[in-house]
Amino acid sequence: MKKALVSVTGVDRPGIIAKVSTALYEMNVNVLEISQTILDGYFTMLMIVDMTACTAAFEEVVKKLNAVGEELGELVQIQRADIFDAMHRI
Amino acid sequence: MIEVNEILQTMQMIHEQHFDIRTITMGISLLDCKKNTDAETAECVFEKVTRCAGRLVAVGEELEAELGVPIVNKRISVTPVSMICGDNPLLIGQALDKAARTVGVNFIGGFGALMHKGSTRAEECLLEAMPEVFAKTERLCGSVNVGSTRSGINMDAVRKMGHVIKKTAELTADTDGFGCAKIVVFANAVEDNPFMAGAFHGVGEPECVINVGVSGPGCVQRALMDVHGQPFDVVAETIKRTAFKITRVGELVAQEAAKRLGVPFGIVDLSLAPTPARGDSVAYILQEMGLEMTGAPGTTAALAMLNDMVKKGGVMASSHVGGLSGAFIPVSEDIGMIEAAQAKCLTIEKMEAMTCVCSVGLDMIAIPGDTSANTIAGIIADEAAIGMVNNKTTAVRVIPAPGKKAGDVVNFGGLFGFAPIMQVNTAKNDEFVERGGHIPAPLHSLRN
Repeated sequence: MKKALVSVTGVDRPGIIAKVSTALYEMNVNVLEISQTILDGYFTMLMIVDMTACTAAFEEVVKKLNAVGEELGELVQIQRADIFDAMHRI
Repeated sequence: MIEVNEILQTMQMIHEQHFDIRTITMGISLLDCKKNTDAETAECVFEKVTRCAGRLVAVGEELEAELGVPIVNKRISVTPVSMICGDNPLLIGQALDKAARTVGVNFIGGFGALMHKGSTRAEECLLEAMPEVFAKTERLCGSVNVGSTRSGINMDAVRKMGHVIKKTAELTADTDGFGCAKIVVFANAVEDNPFMAGAFHGVGEPECVINVGVSGPGCVQRALMDVHGQPFDVVAETIKRTAFKITRVGELVAQEAAKRLGVPFGIVDLSLAPTPARGDSVAYILQEMGLEMTGAPGTTAALAMLNDMVKKGGVMASSHVGGLSGAFIPVSEDIGMIEAAQAKCLTIEKMEAMTCVCSVGLDMIAIPGDTSANTIAGIIADEAAIGMVNNKTTAVRVIPAPGKKAGDVVNFGGLFGFAPIMQVNTAKNDEFVERGGHIPAPLHSLRN
């Protein structure tokens, strides 16, 4: 499984999950888990996604999510989950 | 399953604490490039470097995007040029510089020589050419090894390097002697160092290899803020844990980069490399331990512990650790060091003591432009002696900035930062330096 983490930070507003999930759906990226909190007044959403069947190259996914972020006025990032496994698991 | 707080910690390390992969360095052997003339060798060198490293920058950028961690530099190290050059090393230096521009790396290291036991004709030619080469090239770096624990110190090479540094400063006077920032004089140089300016691809290394250097002083400093006032045992443990996490990402990047480029993974270098950015300083870690400023009594002990704990945390995080692997204390590239030098709390003599317990040596120190070649040679000899006796790598990278005097400031820009000109002890040492010859290896070199 090719896991990645999508993070969205910014101000809470309607449609964040809808827009981000739609973009992921269009590239056939499966959402495995969502967690959402307000940290220091900032909206923080973390999505663990599976990119195994993703139809776009990684850089395309990055571009598309950046564009969604700009549209929403949020910071939307994606990174492979390997970095978290490396850092926090032996 | 990864916990939310772990994800947030990683993101904070990257976005707020300046955690990055400092460099992916591809080592390339040039031993098969030696031809009948330097012009032919230069042609062959250009072809090989551009062929091997053609995709280096692209792969680095791919990994940066996928893992979400900045990979600041993509660089190349090559076999010491003195091993493949004849009378005209400039041609090969220019070919390497052109190759670096062609593949898009910001530095290429290896225009140097290993002279710890003596010199060859080619090495003499290379030393002679160094000032002109560094004045005429942009991305080329080089190092000269003048001593080792096993072989002692080549004092002829030490003396000559004093002159090389002086002349390079004069030829690059328009940039405050910046050419000298690209020259490192080593004792016990390592063959797999990924960091510039001292990186070269040793003769014991494979054809082509990927070495990675990590960074993250900001992460260590931040972690120490949480254990404020606690005993050193706790401080030590905290540094180890942080170093482990940092190094694991280095290992991941190194393995992935090697796989994608189709070359073996060499080592991860555990060094904590600072930058002039606020919050990316090794000196601030020492200050977080309770020192008002770096240079205060206790600095050497603090640094010794930091250096050791970074290694202990890092060594388990990587399958192959190597390079310099220790905390770097360059002056111009570390805002805390700059501040301490400006306040005259940090002197060259105190830094010399600090270099006994960490990597690498007197690094990126700007000194008065009228410092004599022999004084520089004396500084080199002192550092080489520390390296030789303590069985460790030491280095000197000083910049005698033309026309500048103690207290002035020189600005090198970017990662090289800026530096106050530090006072140098100018008591005469001419008779000492001009003796020449060789300081024999210490007794403990005989370990067999």
